[in-house]
Amino acid sequence: MMRDEPQAPKPAAPDGPAVNRRAFVENALKACAAGCPLIVAVLRLPVALGQDAPPTPGYDPTEHYYGMGIDISKCIGCGRCVAACKAENDVPLDAHHFNTWVERYVIDDNGEVTVESPDGGYDGFPPPASDEDIRRSFFVPKLCNHCANPPCVQVCPVGATFITPDGVVLVDEKYCIGCRYCIQACPYGARWFHPTKHVAAKCTFCYHRLVKGLVPACVEVCPTGARTFGEVGHRPTPLERFMRMNEIQVLKPHLNTKPKVFYANLDGEVR
Amino acid sequence: MKVPQQVVRLGAVFALAIVALLVARSLLIPETFGKLGHYRAAAMDSIAARPKKYAGHQECAACHDDIATKRAAGNHRGVSCEVCHGPEQAHVDAPLDVKPPAPRDRGFCPLCHAYNPSRPTGFPQIDPVTHNPLKPCITCHDPHAPVPPRVPAECSACHAQIARTKALSHHANLPCTTCHQVPQEHKVNPRAVHPTKPADRAFCGRCHAEGATGLKEAPRIDMAAHNPRYLCWQCHYPHNPETR
Repeated sequence: MMRDEPQAPKPAAPDGPAVNRRAFVENALKACAAGCPLIVAVLRLPVALGQDAPPTPGYDPTEHYYGMGIDISKCIGCGRCVAACKAENDVPLDAHHFNTWVERYVIDDNGEVTVESPDGGYDGFPPPASDEDIRRSFFVPKLCNHCANPPCVQVCPVGATFITPDGVVLVDEKYCIGCRYCIQACPYGARWFHPTKHVAAKCTFCYHRLVKGLVPACVEVCPTGARTFGEVGHRPTPLERFMRMNEIQVLKPHLNTKPKVFYANLDGEVR
Repeated sequence: MKVPQQVVRLGAVFALAIVALLVARSLLIPETFGKLGHYRAAAMDSIAARPKKYAGHQECAACHDDIATKRAAGNHRGVSCEVCHGPEQAHVDAPLDVKPPAPRDRGFCPLCHAYNPSRPTGFPQIDPVTHNPLKPCITCHDPHAPVPPRVPAECSACHAQIARTKALSHHANLPCTTCHQVPQEHKVNPRAVHPTKPADRAFCGRCHAEGATGLKEAPRIDMAAHNPRYLCWQCHYPHNPETR
């Protein structure tokens, strides 16, 4: 707008160098009107940055409500889920960015708990240096819990992260401003900052697979069936059976996040 | 009544501001924002439209039905094709141009089958250093229907963790069958048919009660006085019975 203003004095020139108030206001308004398309174009720019894909035909998100079951007693720590997730979702192949990762808990005879996750378990786990003093040890696969009451969605200042009608917590990459509030808010450490896209990133439950009727990549490749996928509550899916046949726990239940990743045979030491 | 001129002007300015606000709002807020909640509903569709890289084992079975049938009957029936062969969507799209990799060396199988005390007991594990060194796994095991080359003679083939613990304990010289009756079917169908376990204190008392016959080094206790409310294995782990 400021750029247009030098035009303003021109029509008033015949009256002399002084610009009376009426002429100034009239010309300012004209300049505004002339600049409008420019302003509109600038305002439109962020929205016009990209086209969104059309809705998936034949898929109604309100008909689904997804959740995952993880049986700790079946996990062998092979890390195939971690590798599959990275390949499927183009997660950077370094040791700091994971949608899902596997932790090994080692509890020694004094009750000391050691938790480790070398490269997130991408290359599996070497045996512990000594298995002399191990009281018990097990693997815990972790990922976004897709909370029904997600703290990360609450703190997003722009509405770039949200929970879909089918219960999946997603990030809108075009709308995210990269403020990292959600990464701080997640009590499970499930979110990370994308080093090149500069937006928050996380597990999507492989949403692009769900709409095609497939299970997430980590569930597809789990060789022992430690991961189960299905719907919570209202459909006969493998998850329903999993929840009927096992005693179910969730991580950090006291935070009232209402996770939809359910653990069976979870040790009390798991945080 | 005549509206004062300054009120008209003020009104006009306000009206202009409101219109400007509405215009800016309609331009700044994306089309689908607020349709389903405080977010762009269209973002969901964009995420849903991402390409998949893992095709899913159903796609593999469409062409490789012979292998799929074989796998479905073997011990790897729960293991999806893409666990070993990697993401195959590219191969599904162009079957002749993109050939799936197949791990043929000794490096891959131990990801699951190397001994690791953190793994659940009963999961088949080997020590890659001593287990037929340098031989690729596939020379003896068919990865699509793996079976141990012979039915394991010793319990330790599967229960390695227990065997190793027991080997260092005072019970090292007792065969598993001292305490467990193992039906033959357990070796074929291990999860469906379980071996027996001792059920009462009297069983341990056969060696450890005062006046029990048998090995005289075995510690003897007064069965009536020694914590009679508990079963022995509530305090002593039978595979490593020393209390610590």
